[in-house]
Amino acid sequence: MTQAILFVVFILAGTALLSWPLGRYMSWAMDPARGQGGANGFTAIFQAIGGSVTRRDQDWKRYVVSLLGFNLILFVVCFAILALQQVLPLNPDAKGAIDGSLNFNTTASFVANTNLQHYSGEVVMSYFSQLAALMWLQFVSAAVGLAVLTAVARGLAGRKLGNFFVDVQRATFLVLLPVAFVIAILLLLTGVPMTFNGSVVATTLEGVQQTIARGPVAAFVAIKQVGTNGGGFFGPNSTHPLENPSFWSNVVETIAIIIIPMACVWMFGRIIGRLKHAGVLFTVMLILMGARISASIGFEAVPTQAFTSLPITQDVGNLEGKELRFGASAGPLWAVVTTSTSNGSVNAMHDSLNPLTGMMPMIGMWLNEDFGGVGVGMVNMFLYIVVGVFIAGMMIGRTPEYLGWRVEAKEVKFAMLALLSHGFFILVGTAVFAVTPWGADTLNNVGPHGFSEILYEFSSAAANNGSGFEGLGDATTPWNIATGIVMLLARFIPIILPLAIVGSLSAKRRATESSGTLSVEDGTFAGMLTATVIIVGALTFFPAATLGPIAEHVMFMK
Amino acid sequence: METFLSSLRITVATMAICVGGYSAAVWAVGQAITPGTAEASIITKADGTVIGSRQVAQAFTQARYFWPRPSAVDYNSAGAGGSNKSPTSTDLTDRANETVAAYGATAENPLPAELAAASGAGLDPHITERAARYQVSRIAEARNIPADQLEKLISERAFAAGGMFTPEKIVNVLEMNLALDNVQTR
Amino acid sequence: MGSLMSQPKSASMFDARILVPAIGGAFIKLNPRTMAKNPVMFVVAIVSALTTILFIKDLVTGAEGLGFSFQIILWLWFTVLFANFAEAVAEGRGKAQAESLRKTRTETQAKLLTSAEGREWKDVSGTSLKVNDVVLVEAGDIIPSDGEIIEGIASVNEAAITGESAPVIRESGGDRSAVTGGTQVLSDWIKVRITAAAGSTFIDRMIALVEGAERQKTPNEIALNILLAALTLIFVMATATIPAFASYAGGAIPIVVLVALFVTLIPTTIGALLSAIGIAGMDRLVRFNVLAMSGRAVEAAGDVDTLLLDKTGTITLGNRQATEFRPVRGVTAEQLADAAQLSSLADETPEGRSIVVLAKEKYGIRARDMTELNATFVPFTAQSRMSGVDFEGATIRKGAVDSVLKYLQSQSIAGGTGSEATIREGQAIADEIAKAGGTPLAVARDGRLLGIVHLKDIVKGGIRERFSELRKMGIRTVMITGDNPMTAAAIAAEAGVDDFLAQATPENKLQLIRDEQAKGKLVAMCGDGTNDAPALAQADVGVAMNTGTVAAREAGNMVDLDSDPTKLIEIVEIGKQLLMTRGSLTTFSIANDVAKYFAIIPAMFVTLYPGLDALNVMGLHSPQSAILSAIIFNALIIIALIPLALRGVAYKAIGAGPLLRRNLLIYGLGGLVVPFIGIKLIDMAIVALNLA
Repeated sequence: MTQAILFVVFILAGTALLSWPLGRYMSWAMDPARGQGGANGFTAIFQAIGGSVTRRDQDWKRYVVSLLGFNLILFVVCFAILALQQVLPLNPDAKGAIDGSLNFNTTASFVANTNLQHYSGEVVMSYFSQLAALMWLQFVSAAVGLAVLTAVARGLAGRKLGNFFVDVQRATFLVLLPVAFVIAILLLLTGVPMTFNGSVVATTLEGVQQTIARGPVAAFVAIKQVGTNGGGFFGPNSTHPLENPSFWSNVVETIAIIIIPMACVWMFGRIIGRLKHAGVLFTVMLILMGARISASIGFEAVPTQAFTSLPITQDVGNLEGKELRFGASAGPLWAVVTTSTSNGSVNAMHDSLNPLTGMMPMIGMWLNEDFGGVGVGMVNMFLYIVVGVFIAGMMIGRTPEYLGWRVEAKEVKFAMLALLSHGFFILVGTAVFAVTPWGADTLNNVGPHGFSEILYEFSSAAANNGSGFEGLGDATTPWNIATGIVMLLARFIPIILPLAIVGSLSAKRRATESSGTLSVEDGTFAGMLTATVIIVGALTFFPAATLGPIAEHVMFMK
Repeated sequence: METFLSSLRITVATMAICVGGYSAAVWAVGQAITPGTAEASIITKADGTVIGSRQVAQAFTQARYFWPRPSAVDYNSAGAGGSNKSPTSTDLTDRANETVAAYGATAENPLPAELAAASGAGLDPHITERAARYQVSRIAEARNIPADQLEKLISERAFAAGGMFTPEKIVNVLEMNLALDNVQTR
Repeated sequence: MGSLMSQPKSASMFDARILVPAIGGAFIKLNPRTMAKNPVMFVVAIVSALTTILFIKDLVTGAEGLGFSFQIILWLWFTVLFANFAEAVAEGRGKAQAESLRKTRTETQAKLLTSAEGREWKDVSGTSLKVNDVVLVEAGDIIPSDGEIIEGIASVNEAAITGESAPVIRESGGDRSAVTGGTQVLSDWIKVRITAAAGSTFIDRMIALVEGAERQKTPNEIALNILLAALTLIFVMATATIPAFASYAGGAIPIVVLVALFVTLIPTTIGALLSAIGIAGMDRLVRFNVLAMSGRAVEAAGDVDTLLLDKTGTITLGNRQATEFRPVRGVTAEQLADAAQLSSLADETPEGRSIVVLAKEKYGIRARDMTELNATFVPFTAQSRMSGVDFEGATIRKGAVDSVLKYLQSQSIAGGTGSEATIREGQAIADEIAKAGGTPLAVARDGRLLGIVHLKDIVKGGIRERFSELRKMGIRTVMITGDNPMTAAAIAAEAGVDDFLAQATPENKLQLIRDEQAKGKLVAMCGDGTNDAPALAQADVGVAMNTGTVAAREAGNMVDLDSDPTKLIEIVEIGKQLLMTRGSLTTFSIANDVAKYFAIIPAMFVTLYPGLDALNVMGLHSPQSAILSAIIFNALIIIALIPLALRGVAYKAIGAGPLLRRNLLIYGLGGLVVPFIGIKLIDMAIVALNLA
């Protein structure tokens, strides 16, 4: 247990430290207008690539229109590649076309930075599809999130929002590409393959044939983690020994999952010119995530219930669905981190986590802000800030303000709408699939755990996470279509509405802050924000959680 | 319209650089610095036939070999996966029962849990040191070699995957079995 | 504040005259059109009605467990009624005040002049008057409508609106030309040009305001309503999906239980009290004899960053007082005091009286009888800018330093003794006093300068502490004065204001407001004169003095009936209190949900999964008693919080941080803990009474 705690502290503290310089670099890369000048050369290049539209600043509406137009193109290109992969190059294992609802689901999933995978990569995808469609979207969809955060931060700083096409290129080329490259090299060094040769057929020592799938894994996995995408090269994701071959590859990947979301908070603080405020937000996020990590490790130290009646040693925790090379706490740590950040890669099978451990990832996806996805996590937190500031602001006897911007009807409406839509997708989706054969016929477990599988799937889609209780037979038309729609709506509603809020705020007269205004830099604010996140974000799901993981725990864990 | 044109231009640029340039660069580095693992650590016999990958578990059912952890996909390395069963599932109990029977575990000599629990991908190439030692008597009997020799082999091959963070040492099953075959031929 | 309006003390919250009609009001407000204005409670009313219909259906078909359903439904309706009751109580208190106002609005006859110049008039009904009609009002007449005096001067009894029975002087021109309909002319006559049509006079507006008839939702209230509606929607989702979840688990949840969960989860507490809080906030202002023209203005008051305060009357006592006698060389202080006292004996100005007092206190010089001395008093004139006394051949003059020196110079030409050195010395002393914020007053006897009397502005007691409180609240105070910058700086430093505007004119006052607003600050000020009107209109909160002109009253968004500029500070506090009360009760309401979940969720699902009894952390007796306790708590807490809603959350000037911590602790943590205790107690009572 000591080593487990040590490991968690090592990962979190190390990444938090690394996120500071990265955040500094990212604010330089994403927002060079702030007098640092160094990236101006890049800006000219990006304007040349993007064309004339990129030369002018956009208001929030234009920014949104550009963003949606861009994403439409992404969708069309990805859909086309997957549909035509059998005639495209780099297909050594001769995979056929991806068709129909699975293509829709997969394309929606990667455009929405979700990477919910209703397919197994090594089974159905050609190397070209993996790289040119999926890995490409892992770059640009994450870049979209980072662009949105930059625009939101600029707006809150009282400046023009910028230009989407320039921002998305800055995010892709200046942030994601170099970081992914560094991670890819580290992954190579820790044993991840990178080959364009097809699968190998081996004859085992016992003389059995074994087909070993492989591919350009290192490049893919690097951006999968860095861009909070999470879509695995192989079906079982980072539990796969070729996707995550060693203890140290696991360390690299865990850090890669949270590093940019953490750095996003600092970048936000730098652009709005309030690093101390960013520090408070960072702390709140770290506490919310840390609480779930601690709980997970505790719950997962309980041995596998199914083995208790058998002559099996029970001095280790639950090992079903876990890899031995990562160590005891790596599974629950990763499970929380990957769902905190809307990443969705797994290094242990979440379906086989103990019931209450399995609830922690779900809570992470319900809150969807403690660190959250690249860019969008911080933007989600901004929604909670708007609501929290509104309530707390009144308690000090003033019209609520955030950074001097008055929070009024319009802002509250948009923020609540975004938060409400999240609950809607999860609860209504789960309800529909729980009572119809669409859900009931696809379960891999019975009783409350089966319910958890449905609940988890919709939580994952709505949080743009992508992990799953993978026992669920989700490669069906109803699942493909329902989660596909949810992923797209849950991606763009919480992107459009915050931009609309910023558009509305920045049209107002900005107030100066004084000792009479709400401080966003102290412990009180941190406590208030934490409470808002928990009460507004998580309480809605209490009934569902009770009938899923909690019921399973109280009924079956002895 | 301008929006779409810009989007397309950026699509082309990102695809060229992030897909073409990036993949090629990572591939080149891989070939240069880690040519073995970059190709998935394939082990071949002298005659060139492929035995497997050092990084991927393969099925062992004969008493003379170390057995890896159970696999929900029967060690299918072209379609990997876990059981995805809840730890409270009776299906797991049934499966573990079979494993217990295969190992002949008893209340006096209980099976280490890691040998009963299937891994996430069903391809975990490792077992713990104690899980290896648990199998010594069976292998020693099947191969008719002294248990000491096996214990020594395990001690030599066991490693802490994460240094100070992982007190429980593990061994690579395929490597151990290769060593076993070498031991016997020698 | 001798107002006709009920004083804060006399306005008991539990006055039967208000409570009894409020019970009736609670039922009247069940009218769907009234209910629809409050989204949260409207939703509760709808589900209560639907559940009642289902219950009646069950009653007819004879289902089981009707007693339990009946109790739930009863408490659902109580929840709605309690909310209506809260609003009715708040309105009732306003109505009581409106009644007394309405009495003044009796039918009056007006003397409508046929021409503004002449004095010929005809009798018309007061209600038939139109804007710009000119009426004659003579002693004993009630002024028929709001207007502006265009000719004449009269003493007017304004007790009807201010509660102050002492008559006030109203005259044409200047800053005291406005008259209010319903007030009575006591002496003389005036010609009044009517400025408000019947039904829209000042008193009409006051009545509408205190009754809450014109109450419109303020921006913050609208935003809060949106938040509450959104939370309601969230819980619609949370409860509406439960039947599906339960059906997966192979069970069904009775509708009445779902409704109970839903109603306890949605923010009924704040939803029920929201309008009462708003009405009570307005009401508190009215009790301070301040009329806000809109709720928006009250909210803006809470947001004020900069307070512009007139020096005289607000920061300092109205009058200067003598504090020191500063003789020139060769003259003793007693001599100076003696001369100053003599010259002031007949001077009835406060300054003059203060000189007499000081002379007595410091040098024991007693008051002397002017007639005994055979002295003649020389009064102050605008030309000489001096006053004094002549007796037994002696001439004593006192006045502004430059006037006295000029007078001495003219005397010295006629053979006087005012030497250059003495005058220079006197000038030096005068400068020194001015620099210290005082007003120098030169005293000369027989053409010779004796010295300078130091008149000082007396800063009001406790004002410094007040300003430091304001500073803690983040409010900057700016003193407005006609004094020169030197004097202003000294007084500003003594009073502890943050800044000052010296030699203020209406123009630079307006400019100051604009500059502050450009910096993103909200500005409050008060004013009375017509030339204040632009600044009052520009300010975010402009409080017009009731004694002021019509123009000023129209320009401001509040009117202070007592014409007390100090009140600006209280107005700000009332504004803050209003928002604080809303925020605190919202927090309380939302925090309550945690306990309610723990009461109802295990009760609801325990039949599906018996192990869930582990979640029954309060150890409630049975599923029925748990659900009943939660819904009863939810209804009773509304009643319990009505006094707080009406009184407002206690305001403390401790700065935003500590204030937030305090309110979070009381209403946030309290909201978390209280329902756990309350629900448990109610559960015990239910068990004792055998209700479930």
